[in-house]
Amino acid sequence: MEKQITFINARLIDPKVEIETAGTLTINGGLIDKKNDGIKGKVIDCKGMCLAPGIVDIGVKVCEPGEKHKESFRSASSAAAAGGVTSLVTRPDTKPSIDNPELLEFFKNRGKEASKVRIFPTASLTKRNNGKKMTEIGFLHDGGAVAFTDGFNSIPNTKIFHQILKYASDFNTLIIGHPQDYFLTKNTSATNGVFASIKGLSSSPDFAEKIGIERDTALISNLNIRYHADQVTTKIGLDVLRDIKATNNRITAGTSVHHLLFNELDIGNYRTFFKLKPPLRSNADREALTEAIREGLIDNICSMHTPQDEESKRLPFEEAAPGAVGLETILPASLSLYHNKILSLNQLFRLLALNPANIIKKSLGCLDEGQPADIIIFDPDKPVKIDRFQFRSKSQNTPFDGFNLQGENLLTMVEGEIIFKKNSFEV
Amino acid sequence: MERFLQTKHLIQIDDLSRSDIEEIFALAEYYLQKNKNKVEQKHHLQSFTQINVFFENSTRTLASFELAGKKLGGIVQDIRIATSSIQKGETLIDTALTLNAMRPDLLIVRHSSSGAVNLLSEKVNCSVLNAGDGSHEHPTQALLDFLTIKHRKKKKEGLIIAICGDISHSRVARSNIALLCKFNNQVRLIGPSNLLPNSFKDMGLEIYNRMEDGVRNADVIMMLRLQKERMKGGFIPSRREYFNRFGLDNQKLLLAKSDAIVMHPGPMNRGVEIDGIIADDLNRSVIQEQVEIGVALRMAVLHLLVDRKN
Repeated sequence: MEKQITFINARLIDPKVEIETAGTLTINGGLIDKKNDGIKGKVIDCKGMCLAPGIVDIGVKVCEPGEKHKESFRSASSAAAAGGVTSLVTRPDTKPSIDNPELLEFFKNRGKEASKVRIFPTASLTKRNNGKKMTEIGFLHDGGAVAFTDGFNSIPNTKIFHQILKYASDFNTLIIGHPQDYFLTKNTSATNGVFASIKGLSSSPDFAEKIGIERDTALISNLNIRYHADQVTTKIGLDVLRDIKATNNRITAGTSVHHLLFNELDIGNYRTFFKLKPPLRSNADREALTEAIREGLIDNICSMHTPQDEESKRLPFEEAAPGAVGLETILPASLSLYHNKILSLNQLFRLLALNPANIIKKSLGCLDEGQPADIIIFDPDKPVKIDRFQFRSKSQNTPFDGFNLQGENLLTMVEGEIIFKKNSFEV
Repeated sequence: MERFLQTKHLIQIDDLSRSDIEEIFALAEYYLQKNKNKVEQKHHLQSFTQINVFFENSTRTLASFELAGKKLGGIVQDIRIATSSIQKGETLIDTALTLNAMRPDLLIVRHSSSGAVNLLSEKVNCSVLNAGDGSHEHPTQALLDFLTIKHRKKKKEGLIIAICGDISHSRVARSNIALLCKFNNQVRLIGPSNLLPNSFKDMGLEIYNRMEDGVRNADVIMMLRLQKERMKGGFIPSRREYFNRFGLDNQKLLLAKSDAIVMHPGPMNRGVEIDGIIADDLNRSVIQEQVEIGVALRMAVLHLLVDRKN
């Protein structure tokens, strides 16, 4: 690939500026060089399509080690590239979990040899992710863990959690919490309400999330530590988040694109692809979440990519594994916020790229000069019908199967290298 | 007579239209008379194969379905899976496919997980009848309850029906609520707040935490079984406090209409949810009648599901 490339006729989606512009972008040696500064090197005609920073997805599960049949680095990377995701912030809830420096090293090496997209690993907060004993946070931090988390497990014992957080604060690191009260949510598969009652499903109340956010943020309030709530999904949770964020700027929060587009009724006749963690919420919650996105309360949108094989999902609802894959649907799904006039494209890419990069303190996610050229070119309007059997992911558990969405990724580039290109797009 | 059910499977009450239910009841009345008179059965049904697949223990429901199938002249096979293949690691869907390959006309399924019977029905060719799935539904129990009410009350609309007990975990309650509301009855739910979620109020039902208020002026009092595992302190403090608040005794019964009937899906916990004397009072308690009608009602449902196929 040429060192110097100029993209012409592009809609430049730079999350750092308010208004999108039409123009050119030059990259040089894997870095973004200049915007609108003539044509240098090879020319790629974007034909009026959008050029944006690649998506930074926080909370992706690559199932190595342990469940490679669900997703490997190779398949996750290929799915990400196709989906316009250039950085994966991976979860440590593998089998075994990434809870010691040797495993972290293995994980990083596997990522290096098999992945075309960037891998930013997080490590477990507690050994085996079981909430009891802390991991070697110092070693893991030095070994390159960008954050610490127990994935979908919240630590049941508040005193233990507090001890761990105090210890972790020595490293000024990032904690990614799953703010759901442990006992209220244990063994539940739906949200309290008429739907769960009619269907006879064990359910947890929406305030389990409120309690989770209040507890976690109370514990960190006097500590030199950054905290990111993985997914906030309820109105009641958003209300407390709003108050807490007003007084503590080290707290950020994300949400999954699934919670933005679906509500509990989509579960319908016990459809297990709609079993998520936290569970899908009421439509009032979903609407509140959309408003929170508009308001800027939510910092990032993620796919919470959670591959599950068919056997884990072909079970009665309460017994089925939770989670959905999302790398190949996050772009068209989140573009619905643009089509529904909730956000401009520039604003949307703040949530998809710039903010998540800032959360993990990486210099990515914008079109600034000197930034690595992690970029995507996409058609925001192209109608697409999601067919899960066309996925590059090894697992196909998506609730979007058969859905008509809008938006197609045409080209993905990481550090100036094209790692995915649609045949229809000429370079 | 043209008999026809809209639905292939009976998973939940909402699978049935009002006219389906009328159809079932008409046929059930016919079988009830036949069973009473011990008339030699004439099978107008073709031979059919019915497999009762029970992933959860049951005595009376299983017996009722087995008898109903046999009285109709079907080949009836019971499979109790609670103790067999699941422990060998077979999945529900594999079990379904295995049974499907035996080419039954009907599968009668009970499972401890809500929605499991629905899942199974998606994988087989034959009709599937839900004999109870988790906390979801148990439609034939509700149908037989309703037919019993109709017998005693001579009507099936505009009644005040109080359902009392562990509503939260009860599939019997859910099916009854759906069915009774379909016919414009006033349904009241009674129980302690932790076993009676507020969401039922959001569905437009009346909820009561004092049994005395809930049974006042009722035509029918339907008692639910309190599962043993709920008696150990997590849900209720003790059997005696539960009986004091929600057990049906003479004092509480006096608050209902003077001709109110008492129902229970069985098996009963005497002295926990119901006073033994009331349970045995044949003027009040229709518990034995429920069982008798149950067989006829299930014959009617089986008949209509088999007929549909032919």
